[in-house]
Amino acid sequence: MTQALQDLGDYISSALSQDVLKAEVAKGELIVTVRTAAIQKVLTFLRDDANCLFKLLMDLCGVDYPERPQRFEVVYNLLSLKHNRRVRVKVMTDEDTPVPTAVGIFSTAGWYERETWDMYGVAFSDNPDLRRILTDYGFDGHPLRKDFPLTGFVELRYDDEEKRVVYEPVKLVQDFRSFDFQSPWEGMLPGDEKAEGKV
Amino acid sequence: MAEAQIKNYSINFGPQHPAAHGVLRLVLEMGGEVVERADPHIGLLHRGTEKLIEYKTYTQAVPYFDRLDYVCPMNQEHAFCLAAEKLLGIEAPPRAQYIRVLYDEIGRVLNHILNCFSFALDVGAMTPLLYGFEEREKLMEFYERISGARLHAAFYRVGGVAFDMPAGLAEDILAWTESFVPVLKDCESLLNNNRIFKQRTVDIGVVSAEEALDWGFSGPNLRASGFAWDLRKSQPYAVYDQLDFDIPVGKNGDCYDRYMVRILEMYESVKIIRQCIEKMPEGPVRIDNRKIAPPRRAEMKSSMEALIHHFKLFTEGFHVPAGETYTVIETPKGEFGVFLVSDGSSKPYRCKIRAPAYAHLQGLDFMSKGHMLADVVANIGSIDIVFGEIDR
Repeated sequence: MTQALQDLGDYISSALSQDVLKAEVAKGELIVTVRTAAIQKVLTFLRDDANCLFKLLMDLCGVDYPERPQRFEVVYNLLSLKHNRRVRVKVMTDEDTPVPTAVGIFSTAGWYERETWDMYGVAFSDNPDLRRILTDYGFDGHPLRKDFPLTGFVELRYDDEEKRVVYEPVKLVQDFRSFDFQSPWEGMLPGDEKAEGKV
Repeated sequence: MAEAQIKNYSINFGPQHPAAHGVLRLVLEMGGEVVERADPHIGLLHRGTEKLIEYKTYTQAVPYFDRLDYVCPMNQEHAFCLAAEKLLGIEAPPRAQYIRVLYDEIGRVLNHILNCFSFALDVGAMTPLLYGFEEREKLMEFYERISGARLHAAFYRVGGVAFDMPAGLAEDILAWTESFVPVLKDCESLLNNNRIFKQRTVDIGVVSAEEALDWGFSGPNLRASGFAWDLRKSQPYAVYDQLDFDIPVGKNGDCYDRYMVRILEMYESVKIIRQCIEKMPEGPVRIDNRKIAPPRRAEMKSSMEALIHHFKLFTEGFHVPAGETYTVIETPKGEFGVFLVSDGSSKPYRCKIRAPAYAHLQGLDFMSKGHMLADVVANIGSIDIVFGEIDR
């Protein structure tokens, strides 16, 4: 299975040598990293090529790595019913660069791109309907970014005098507690099995 | 008489509507009685599950999965446990896998009962739902007997399940499979050839094979459009490859086919439940690795080592090697995927939950176009949506 995926990865990277940055098999899953601008071309190839036939876009999501220069990864998980295989396509982007939309290739991408926009603020160019989807009407910010606090910025309650729901800045009765369970001595002592990565 | 020009108008369906199956707000653009565009507004049940999981250890993340699709809670825990186990490179012991499959199938029956018969209620038949809920109650009792909770079980663990089956449970489940089939046959006979039911469902919301692929359908909705695709068969996980069952496939992709696929799946689930109980081996139900599974209570009374392990596991949690995986299982609604990214710490770096109903609800727009307002209700009922997993 791994060999077949490796072969498929080689095939994809040789067919699209201009656009594929890396094709690797990790944990029995094929991961293809491509240039952001070429995502439409790659997805069309993966959908239509006879050796690929990844007709289903199962999932599309973002991942945030704030320490990288291009902090967002957009991950496409494709499935081929014909060959019974999966492939994961990744592109990198930052806060300002939009990713070309996949709606023209897979209609299902529409809502997934809306969700990625909502959660991470990754824009998708030419998406016909790039509105927020999961958060509240009038929400501000992108909650799944690593720099967005878990508690959020506003909380709401029903105000009996105004007879409506009002938003207020979050006031925590108790400070948010983040416990550090790492032992301060871990990996520091000579002969420590953890330092050598045995456990 | 001069022909009157009717302007399009929009109506707001839900979020407080019994046929909306939860908190769906649907903005419908109508041309007279005909739907021109359906725009679902979702997110009213958004709880930030994915964000919360990033701040919890792997063990603490499991209960969040119960609260996604709360109609079949354990199935989703299974997906998360498999994903974490894949990253850890471990496998649950055989008995645990059989218990998981057993409860997955109980979850499938739970889900399909609710969906098929509340769908029938949506299009006008009340009786099957009442019969069905009696059976659901019995199944939730089985949930309670093994996990202590009727709904939010939090029963699967990374590396196995929390408890072994209590004495007598297997026999009771077997007895239930005997009594359930006639009830299901009764309910079926009220609907399958019912003239009103067929008028409301046949040729309504037809999804062609191409459309089903294009819109990312999975599970019974994909099978109703003619694909013999079930992850339990095609990419088997746990012990599904050792069990004998069939995959019902539809032909027309309309509401009636989707309903029929689910009904037939229930018979298959009953078959699987019986086989699980017959084939279930003896043995442990948790992996015997103290770095992942906590020690037994009795052991902790005498062993310092066990006490330390227990403390470390429930404060820091176990560390999962860096890596990522997209692990899928066949939940009753379709392909439920967990895209899990680990950075080597004891908390997931990213846990994206791929909910099948999310893609299905998106398809509601093209399914409803050109249909009457009342058919939208049939469509919503037939694609089997639960807002817990759509809104996350």
